[in-house]
Amino acid sequence: MVNQPRGAIVGLGVTPMGKIYGRRSVDFAAEAIALALDDAGLTKADVDGLLINANIPQDMDPRTQMALGFENLTLINVMNGYGSTAGAMMQYACMAIREGLAKTVVLVYADAPLTPSRGAGASYSGPHRFPLGGMAGLKAHYGDFGANLGYAMAAQRHMHLYGTTEDHLGIIAVGQRKWAQMSPWAQMKAPMTMEDHHNSRWIAQPLRLFDCCLVSNGAVAVVVTSPERARDLKQQPVYVRGYGTCSPGDNLNTARHPAVETGAKRSGEIAFRMAGITLGDIGSCQLYDCYTYTVLVTLEDYGFCKKGEGGPFVADGKLGPGGSLPTNTGGGQLSGYYMWAFTPLSEAVVQARGQGGERQVPRNDHILVSGNGGILNFHSTLILSRHASS
Amino acid sequence: MSQAASKPVPVPDEVSAPFFNGAREGRLMLQHCPSCNGWSFPVRERCPHCFAAGLQWRPASGRGTLYTFAIMHQVMNPGFAGAVPYNVSQIDLEEGVRMISNVVGVGNDALKIGMKLEAVFEDLDGNVSVPKFRPVAG
Repeated sequence: MVNQPRGAIVGLGVTPMGKIYGRRSVDFAAEAIALALDDAGLTKADVDGLLINANIPQDMDPRTQMALGFENLTLINVMNGYGSTAGAMMQYACMAIREGLAKTVVLVYADAPLTPSRGAGASYSGPHRFPLGGMAGLKAHYGDFGANLGYAMAAQRHMHLYGTTEDHLGIIAVGQRKWAQMSPWAQMKAPMTMEDHHNSRWIAQPLRLFDCCLVSNGAVAVVVTSPERARDLKQQPVYVRGYGTCSPGDNLNTARHPAVETGAKRSGEIAFRMAGITLGDIGSCQLYDCYTYTVLVTLEDYGFCKKGEGGPFVADGKLGPGGSLPTNTGGGQLSGYYMWAFTPLSEAVVQARGQGGERQVPRNDHILVSGNGGILNFHSTLILSRHASS
Repeated sequence: MSQAASKPVPVPDEVSAPFFNGAREGRLMLQHCPSCNGWSFPVRERCPHCFAAGLQWRPASGRGTLYTFAIMHQVMNPGFAGAVPYNVSQIDLEEGVRMISNVVGVGNDALKIGMKLEAVFEDLDGNVSVPKFRPVAG
C-alpha cells in the first residue's frame, strides 16, 4: 500500500573514523553495533537478523556472526552492490520484517584498509588488486587502475557536453567541508576555499585530490524494525518511506551514456512513487559522493535540474550551510568519512531525528539518500522521514 | 623503451588468445554475433545484445572516435612511475563497442573528445602486442 512506511530505523552507531590503527573490520563492526543497540535501547539478545555489507578486502563475511557472538539469527547475509549496497540492504531488511522473517535487523558496514605505512589510495586499491591474466591484463597495461580514472572520464564527458567547470565541482567540495566542520565524526575539518580546491593536486584529471573521497577505518551500524514496534523504542523513529534500485548496464556499450545518465533516475522514480512524495518535499539530500562529480550527476538524474545543468544548479552554493538544498550535511565522503552508502545513510538518520545540532537542517521531514557503486553502475535510493505518512 | 617494458604485460589465456593472436598480426579482433550482427568487448560467452551463443572472432575496422579520456597522475603500479601523467581513454569503435586504451602519438593536451582515431599495435616484449590508438592523419 502506497504511503505505508516500509520499516523504521531505530538505532544508529558510528565509530571514530579515519586513521585508527590496530583494529580489524570486525572489531569496528562490533563497536558500531553496540553503539547502535544502545542508541535504540535494545540488546544483543533482541537481534534476530544481521545484514553485512561486503567491502573491498572481503573480510566481512558470513562468519562475522560468530565473531560478534550472535545466535539463532533467522536472517543473515552478506550483500554487495558496491557503494549502492546500503539501499539494497534496507530493502531486504524491511521486506523480511514485513514478511515476519525477523523482528530486529542490524545492518553494518565496516572497513579497515588504512595502515600507518601506506597512503590512502594505495591502501584502498593498490596494484595487488589488478590481475594480469587475459583481458584483465590489458587494463593493467593501459594503466587503468582503480575508480579514480573511471569517474574522471565520466566528468570529462560531462564537461565536454555541457560546459561543466572546475568551479562547479569545487563548490561541492567547499560546501561539504563547511558542513564537516560542524560534524563530530568528520575527518577533515581544516577550512577549504575554492582556491584550495583548485590548488589541490591532480589525481586523475579533471579530478583533483579535493574532488575525491577519503579512505576511512571505522564502521557504521543501524538497527531496523517494524514501524509499529519502533514507536515504543527510545529514539524518534526514522521511517523508511521509499526505496528503489537501478543498475543501468554495461559502460562499454556505445548505445549507452553511462558517464552522464545514471541509475539515479529510475531508482528515484521507484522510491518517490512508493513514498507518495515529490522532489519539493525533500528538505535535505544525503548523496553518495565518492567524487564531487557523483553529487552533480545524481542531482540531475533525480530531477532537481535538467540534464546538463547540474553545474549552474550548484554554483550558488545551495548545497552548503545556509543554502536552499542542504546536502551531505555531515561532510559526506569527501570530508566526513568513507563508509560506502552508510555515510549518507547515517547522516540522514541524524537529520531526520533532529539531532544535527549546529548542522541541523531546517526542513527535516523527508531526506533523500543515494548509494552508488562501480563506475556509476549500481544505484540505490532511500527516502527517510520522521513521519510515518504524509 | 625501458619504461614501456616495465609496464605490466598481459598474459593471454585461452579465452583471450584470439584477441592477442590478432594483435600480433596487426589486427583488432572482436567478438561478433552471427544472430544479431552485434559486436562485443572484452570477451563474452554469449552476445550481450541478443544473448545468443556462438560468438565468432572477427577483425574489426580499428577505426573509432574518442568518447572520453582522463589524465592519470597517480602511480598505482611501479611500471608507470616514468609514464605519469598518461591518458586512459574510451574509444567508440565503428562496430558499436567502447574500448578502453591509450591514445598515442599526440600529447595529452591535444586530446579532444570526438577526434578520429585508428588502432596501432605495440609490441611489448616480442611475444605480446596490444592495440593502442592514434589520431587519423588529416
